[in-house]
Amino acid sequence: MSKIECNDVSIRYITGDLKAIGLKEYVMRKLTNNYHITEFWADRHVTFAIDEGDMLGIIGSNGAGKSTLLKAITGIMVPTGGSVTVHGKIAALLELSSGFDGQMTVRENTYLRGAMLGYTKQFLDDKYDEIIAFAELEDFQDYMFKQLSSGMKSRLAFSIACLVDPDILILDEVLSVGDGAFRKKSGDRMREILSGGKTGILVSHSVSQIREMCNKVLWLDHGNQIAFTDEVELYCDAYEEFLQTKKLPKTREDIEKLAKGWDVRTQNERKKKAEATAKRLQSIIEKGEADEALMAAVRIIRKNRPEILVDNYEELLEVE
Amino acid sequence: MASTIQRVITTLHERRFLFEQLVHRDFTQRYKRTVLGMAWSILSPLLQLFVMMLVFSQLFGRNIDHYVIYLFAGNINMSYYREATKNGMRSLNANANIITKINVPKYLFLLSREVQALFNFGLTILVFFFFCILDHIVFTPKMLLLVYPILCLTIMNIGIGMFLSAVFVFFRDTEYLYDIFLTLLNYLSAIFYTVDRFPVSAQRYFLLNPVYVIIKYWRTIVIDATIPSLQFHLLMAFYALGFLALGAYMYKKYNHQFLYFF
Repeated sequence: MSKIECNDVSIRYITGDLKAIGLKEYVMRKLTNNYHITEFWADRHVTFAIDEGDMLGIIGSNGAGKSTLLKAITGIMVPTGGSVTVHGKIAALLELSSGFDGQMTVRENTYLRGAMLGYTKQFLDDKYDEIIAFAELEDFQDYMFKQLSSGMKSRLAFSIACLVDPDILILDEVLSVGDGAFRKKSGDRMREILSGGKTGILVSHSVSQIREMCNKVLWLDHGNQIAFTDEVELYCDAYEEFLQTKKLPKTREDIEKLAKGWDVRTQNERKKKAEATAKRLQSIIEKGEADEALMAAVRIIRKNRPEILVDNYEELLEVE
Repeated sequence: MASTIQRVITTLHERRFLFEQLVHRDFTQRYKRTVLGMAWSILSPLLQLFVMMLVFSQLFGRNIDHYVIYLFAGNINMSYYREATKNGMRSLNANANIITKINVPKYLFLLSREVQALFNFGLTILVFFFFCILDHIVFTPKMLLLVYPILCLTIMNIGIGMFLSAVFVFFRDTEYLYDIFLTLLNYLSAIFYTVDRFPVSAQRYFLLNPVYVIIKYWRTIVIDATIPSLQFHLLMAFYALGFLALGAYMYKKYNHQFLYFF
């Protein structure tokens, strides 16, 4: 049984005149036939299924429909077409700092947020100290939420969401919270949760993060599903090449071509980088005292590539 | 229908803790931020009553027994209706940033506001009974029946609140239009005058106004010390359940579209 199953999911947004016009204006525009709304498909025919222990990475440039798809999976939105089936309790980190109340204390906000995520009072009583310790807010528990710095706010939000114990974890661009130390801590925590056999979905603009953490990839572009696959490396290569060339793949060959292209590109870049490093080192050596520099160079060669040295180089060195 | 009700009850049971937290938050927002806090909930209707007494007791008061109580009964019910429905109307929009990010049953936000309005109403009822003592109203066991109009008005407020909050999501000027409506309703609810001055045929039309029906029940019990007829009870139940059904219908129908309008 799949943990999450999306079957031909399509989601339509309606935009246009409907927002921010009042009832009076609405009636008038209807009467004068001047009422226009436009449709906008955020997702079209997205189909995939993931099982327990899977970590799905969703990739795609801005406006690809990633966040909208997550809203459908978490049940915030109902898809216009198709169906979403979810088995298990979801903890979703969509946007971290929304839903807190500035006038309430850190403690009160922790319980409020925990309650929204569906946890009981008893559970939160047990976890409260851990949450506060993880967020490093021990000295601020009775401060009003609005008095916290924005870094502290997101730390609290992150701690609440990931110290609880979900079956399914959904992360939307949240692994970049707080300062360096906290970011490392939160990354470790994520990996810990995922290695415990949880199912997860990760949306990230960092392809290397996807490569590292995911075993399946869903590629969206302007709402269309380009691919759903477990060949993470191949498709991540293709995606990164696509980001450079903006050529959307249509067939399997296209994907392979893109991945190949990325391979060549990275190799070229590596070569270029190596050349640059060599140049830099050479200039350092040349700047030094001629003899010592030469000797250092010879020693390095002796160590790494002795075969290119002639037999009598040691004598040469001594003669000099 | 039955399954929906059952689902709502299960949800309420499961999300009891969230509901408590929301009520707690709404109370904090409401009372902690003002210096007067809870006292204001009592002072405000008292001030209103005081002004109305000054103005109207000369005009209408002479022919009405216990005019202060008569006024007060009208006032507190109207205030409760006004506060509950207006708070309910804003409940979805005020929590838009949560609704668009976390999957929570939306009506919890509305119900939490309703709890608060009911609590406020409770405070004013206490003051009301204090005035009853001052005005030498005889306390009878019949007064226990006041639970019925309170219950009916609360159910009705929830229904109208649901309806308005859904409309408010779509049309932001609902607030102003509803304010106008409330002013009109205030004058049509016989708060400071009696309907006796109208011809009998016209008096019947007042029964179309649910708030007036509730107020009349209070006055009949407290001032006249008589129990209204069975039909009168049924009419109140009809209004309460009818508006609840209307609100629930709006929610069920448009529930999933709210998101596009925030």
